[in-house]
Amino acid sequence: MLDSDTRVLVQGITGRHGSFHTKLMLEYGTEIVAGVTPGRGGQEVHGVPVYDTVEEAVEEADAEASVIFVPAPHAPDAVMEAIEAKLDPIVVITEHIPAHDTMRFVELARREGIRIIGPNTPGIIVPPERVKLGIMPHQVFIEGEVAVASRSGTLTYEIVQAMTEAGLGQSLCMGLGGDQIVGTTFIDFLEYVQEDDRTEAVVLIGEIGGNAEELAAEYIAETDFPKPVVAYIAGRHAPPGKRMGHAGAIIERGRGTAESKIKAFRKAGVDVAEKPWEVPELLREYL
Amino acid sequence: MIRLLEYQAKRLFKEAGVQTPEGDVARTSADAARIAAELGGPVAVKAQVPVGTRGKAGGILFADDPEEARKAARKLLGSRIRGETVRKVLVEEKLDIAEEWYVSITLDRAERRPVLLVSREGGVDIEEVPDEKIARRHLDPILGLRPFEARKAILKAGIPKEYLRDVEEVITSMYEVFEGYDAHLVEINPLVLTKGGEMVAADAVVNLDEDAANIRHPEFAEETGDFPLVELDGDIGIIANGAGLTMATVDLVKDLGGEPANFLDVGGGAYPTLIRRAILTVAELGVKVILLNIFGGITRCDEVAEGIVQALDDVDVPLVVRLVGTNEEEGHRVLREHGIDVYTELKDAVERAVELAGD
Repeated sequence: MLDSDTRVLVQGITGRHGSFHTKLMLEYGTEIVAGVTPGRGGQEVHGVPVYDTVEEAVEEADAEASVIFVPAPHAPDAVMEAIEAKLDPIVVITEHIPAHDTMRFVELARREGIRIIGPNTPGIIVPPERVKLGIMPHQVFIEGEVAVASRSGTLTYEIVQAMTEAGLGQSLCMGLGGDQIVGTTFIDFLEYVQEDDRTEAVVLIGEIGGNAEELAAEYIAETDFPKPVVAYIAGRHAPPGKRMGHAGAIIERGRGTAESKIKAFRKAGVDVAEKPWEVPELLREYL
Repeated sequence: MIRLLEYQAKRLFKEAGVQTPEGDVARTSADAARIAAELGGPVAVKAQVPVGTRGKAGGILFADDPEEARKAARKLLGSRIRGETVRKVLVEEKLDIAEEWYVSITLDRAERRPVLLVSREGGVDIEEVPDEKIARRHLDPILGLRPFEARKAILKAGIPKEYLRDVEEVITSMYEVFEGYDAHLVEINPLVLTKGGEMVAADAVVNLDEDAANIRHPEFAEETGDFPLVELDGDIGIIANGAGLTMATVDLVKDLGGEPANFLDVGGGAYPTLIRRAILTVAELGVKVILLNIFGGITRCDEVAEGIVQALDDVDVPLVVRLVGTNEEEGHRVLREHGIDVYTELKDAVERAVELAGD
């Protein structure tokens, strides 16, 4: 999906977050070849040339993939511009994008065969290739054999750090995004890492709300998934009916509870950690 | 998510061309009596609270005359239904019901598409209706609802053919509301066929997307402040960044023997002033200790440390700070300069907070 040669475009590169994280992505080793901010063409950010349109960035700098920091009101347009230019994958860091907009650009990308990661995601990092499209603190990641997917950014860092401290590195780590509607699901991720030669084991980090974890558990059981899977679910002690921060985390009438997710995973043969630092202990049994 | 009150939802449907019962909103029992008198027949008096299954909780009363309507309104106004105080009632003509159907359009997260649900069995909690009695049809978010899709769902649900075009019209109007107002859910339950052959939305639910409201529908944007605070029953204040990590922190405090007092997610890219305000907000809950768990990503540890320092003079509750991630060294340096201990291991920080709460 991504390697050390992937030529990356940053949309919204002149903004506060876009500029800061372009610097960190460059430091990590990501080959960022261009940025786009309409009206700021001709400038440079950390030595990266800025263009007015994605089309120009593709023509002039041969960009292949995009990471988007554009604020919510303009982010859907930025994603569609990236889709039109056939960039793949498109990583949407932006939070607070209306769900209807997300549905439309996810559908558009699906028709073009383009992968959208996010929105409201920390991004994707591939430690063996030293490539990161996102905002994760890369110092906690090391190269290894475990693929990690998560609905929550900071919780991912927590668990990855515990793995890294235990000497268990990562082949790939993907934030699926905290929104109700996201471009890449646990199932899409599992389909991908199943074929990934570098991945020997998988960690899925979920939370209450929705049924993405239950569907992933069914997929693992039905396909007799060939790699060991360890899961962690946040929200076991969340009071029913209380809103926990975002629309994706509401307990609704007994569905989408931590209990139902843990039960579904256990039934599918997935080990479920009760505490974040138990994830490496469970992985140890397989690696 | 913003749940509109029934009368607000009905207004949106009415504007889109769906027939709704005659009636109006009352804030006082005298108003309720006046509206009932104007309607001149039996009425329903319905508590306007943003919760479901209100009928079961005693939130819907019937009245045969204005005096009874006054009494019903007096009973409902100021009462609490499923934790919500009733401040308004909707007084409506009582319908002469022949059949009750169910129609909704909502977001299907797994399919990442809208889904249309139609059932001939309306008037009850939709979860009580067996799956095979609900017609489902996923819609293309780019093409929108095509009327033939509505017709297929209506026929599959077993609604009599003579009402096909009428229900189709209701559904296309509902989709107008769904798309036009960026709804997560539009629901009519029941859609009533009256004995006179009319089709009326007897109840209506509209849940809006708050992100969309902020951008496109400011009339519905709620004054929620910058972070959602959920109060719990314990004495350990909890502040973290990201909903997942905050929930995990609540879980850990509980697992390690403590009682969380709240859930507060400061979100991504927390500025110093936001951190300061979060600490002061939690301190006001009367907690014994505040556990701050920040894993920097887009959030920078130096800015978080700055916010903690700014809050120090105004709180006398002990702070347990766990701070790692982006710009960690600078953040730790700032905190140490101000004599604040900082943890890097989550487990140590949670244990310390639980210990302090126990003293």
